[in-house]
Amino acid sequence: MNYLALKMLAGDRAKYVGIVMGLTFASLLITQQAGIYSGLMTRTYSQITDTSSADLWVTDPEVEFVEDMKRMLDRELYRVRGVEGVQWAVPGFKGYFNTRLPGGKIAVASVIGIDDVSLIGGPPEMVEGKLEDLRQRDAVIVDIAEASGKLARRPAQAGDAPAPLKMGDVLEINDRRAVVVGFCRVSPSFYWQPVIYTLHSRASTYVSSERRPLSYVLVKVKQGYDHADVCDRINRETGLLAQTSGQFSQSTLDYVNRSTGIAINFGMAIALGFVVGAAIAGQTFYNFTLDNLRYFAALKAMGASHGTMLRMILIQALAAGLLGYGLGVGAATIFGNLAGQQLAFRLSFPLLAGSGLAIVSICMVAAGFSMRKVLRLEPAMVFKS
Amino acid sequence: MVAQAIDIAVMCNRVTKTYGSGSSAVTALRGIDLEVRKGELMMLVGPSGCGKTTLISVMAGILDQDDGQCTVFGRDLKHMGQWEKTNFRGQTIGFVFQAFNLLPSLSAAENVAVPLLINGVRRREAVARASDVLSRVGLGDRTHSLPSQLSGGQQQRVAIARALVHDPKLIVCDEPTSSLDHETGQKVMELMREVALGEDRALVIVTHDARIFEFADRIARMDDGRVVNVQENEKAT
Repeated sequence: MNYLALKMLAGDRAKYVGIVMGLTFASLLITQQAGIYSGLMTRTYSQITDTSSADLWVTDPEVEFVEDMKRMLDRELYRVRGVEGVQWAVPGFKGYFNTRLPGGKIAVASVIGIDDVSLIGGPPEMVEGKLEDLRQRDAVIVDIAEASGKLARRPAQAGDAPAPLKMGDVLEINDRRAVVVGFCRVSPSFYWQPVIYTLHSRASTYVSSERRPLSYVLVKVKQGYDHADVCDRINRETGLLAQTSGQFSQSTLDYVNRSTGIAINFGMAIALGFVVGAAIAGQTFYNFTLDNLRYFAALKAMGASHGTMLRMILIQALAAGLLGYGLGVGAATIFGNLAGQQLAFRLSFPLLAGSGLAIVSICMVAAGFSMRKVLRLEPAMVFKS
Repeated sequence: MVAQAIDIAVMCNRVTKTYGSGSSAVTALRGIDLEVRKGELMMLVGPSGCGKTTLISVMAGILDQDDGQCTVFGRDLKHMGQWEKTNFRGQTIGFVFQAFNLLPSLSAAENVAVPLLINGVRRREAVARASDVLSRVGLGDRTHSLPSQLSGGQQQRVAIARALVHDPKLIVCDEPTSSLDHETGQKVMELMREVALGEDRALVIVTHDARIFEFADRIARMDDGRVVNVQENEKAT
């Protein structure tokens, strides 16, 4: 009877296509919007993702997310180093500065100062030059994606394309000389300022302050120590806020969600996809059932039980759902990949499972109305011509 | 008396059926007494609205009477549970509908196999048995054809094959020739007598078509919800 149900469904080509298209649309919209949301949220903590060598991030207790770095006293670094379970702790700096480019253009850049000695906290991938080149005088390393974007030089003549920043170019960061000694690739960020890496000691000179600025401390936990226990110990002994990379990523994501309402906006788009998909697929599936009512009545008269009829409808709905889901996810993936880095798009197993669950729910709603109709169907109607 | 009961396929005693209630109530059957014998082809005839279709619906177990008793091969349908009645229909009763009701996306063989699939026979075996029955009704070469590729007469022959494939004891037919021209109708009725009738099987046919009365063993005339006359047909072919 399962085979019969599927042939019945595929036999009515127009409605079959309508049902599958409705489900494809729902699947595409739900998967694509959820994928973009997931991609955007991943970008909010891209610096944490890129700094994979550290187990813990130690910040001022008032810090709520990775861009909200509050200055700490540099002696905090030594207090953290003194906590049991800490293998190493290195300083980190993050700040936003006016950066004058060759040609006079000014852009605001996010400057990250990494440990002078170990160079821990640097970019995940060098495209040109070496990380060690940062030890040269006034050296900085620039995000390659922005070298031809926000950090590109003004064109010499109006109408020309902006010239990308190149090795050896001299910048002014907060009126201090900076020389480009390399280009790196960083994970795309939710925030829009170009990223510039330099040494922690050099970053200090960009700040108009007598003190050496400390934004965060990166910590590696000794082998055999539990990360959560070391976090607790740092919190207790220093009064600072220590979080694992995962916790800091999550608190950043939560902060952005709370502050921007972005989840509600994407949630509404996803809900819309669900509702419109359910309406199209549900209505078409119900019409398909109505059109086939006399055949269902005939089957019922010939001895098909309620269970058999329900199974047939369920199989029809799920078969259409499976196809629609596959097409929708496929289309969303193609869409996401074609857009490249410009579009924050990230598919994960939980997202695909959630999207699948949503499509199954739509199928259940659509099948539910049809099942109700078929269950109430009087087989005697089969004799009405 | 015992021997007589053994020969009875369907027995209706004071069967009544009313649709709706109150002032809009319509009484379709007003105390029907009728018996259908094994091995006979009985036709129910009468004007539109006289209760013929309601009566075969009760006999086929797809409609419950309000009062009276209807037994089919000794089984009282009204007192069966829903599941038992559904099973009974699937195994004991074959249907031929006026509009054929062949599933348009299934081939002739697959359509004929439907009662077997309902009874849990595996698809491959069901289609093989269906193809055999199609050969018996002269459509052995059209097993893969879709209903839309068949003429009206061929579609009705497929419907007859479907009613026979699971070897039911009672076959009920609703206006089986009304959609067919005279010649095709005659051929369908000849086929019905030839392949559907058997010693242990009964056929009940509801019809308006006087041209096929000659194929009946007995004709029950109905009017206003009653059987007014049951007549033996000595000319039965």
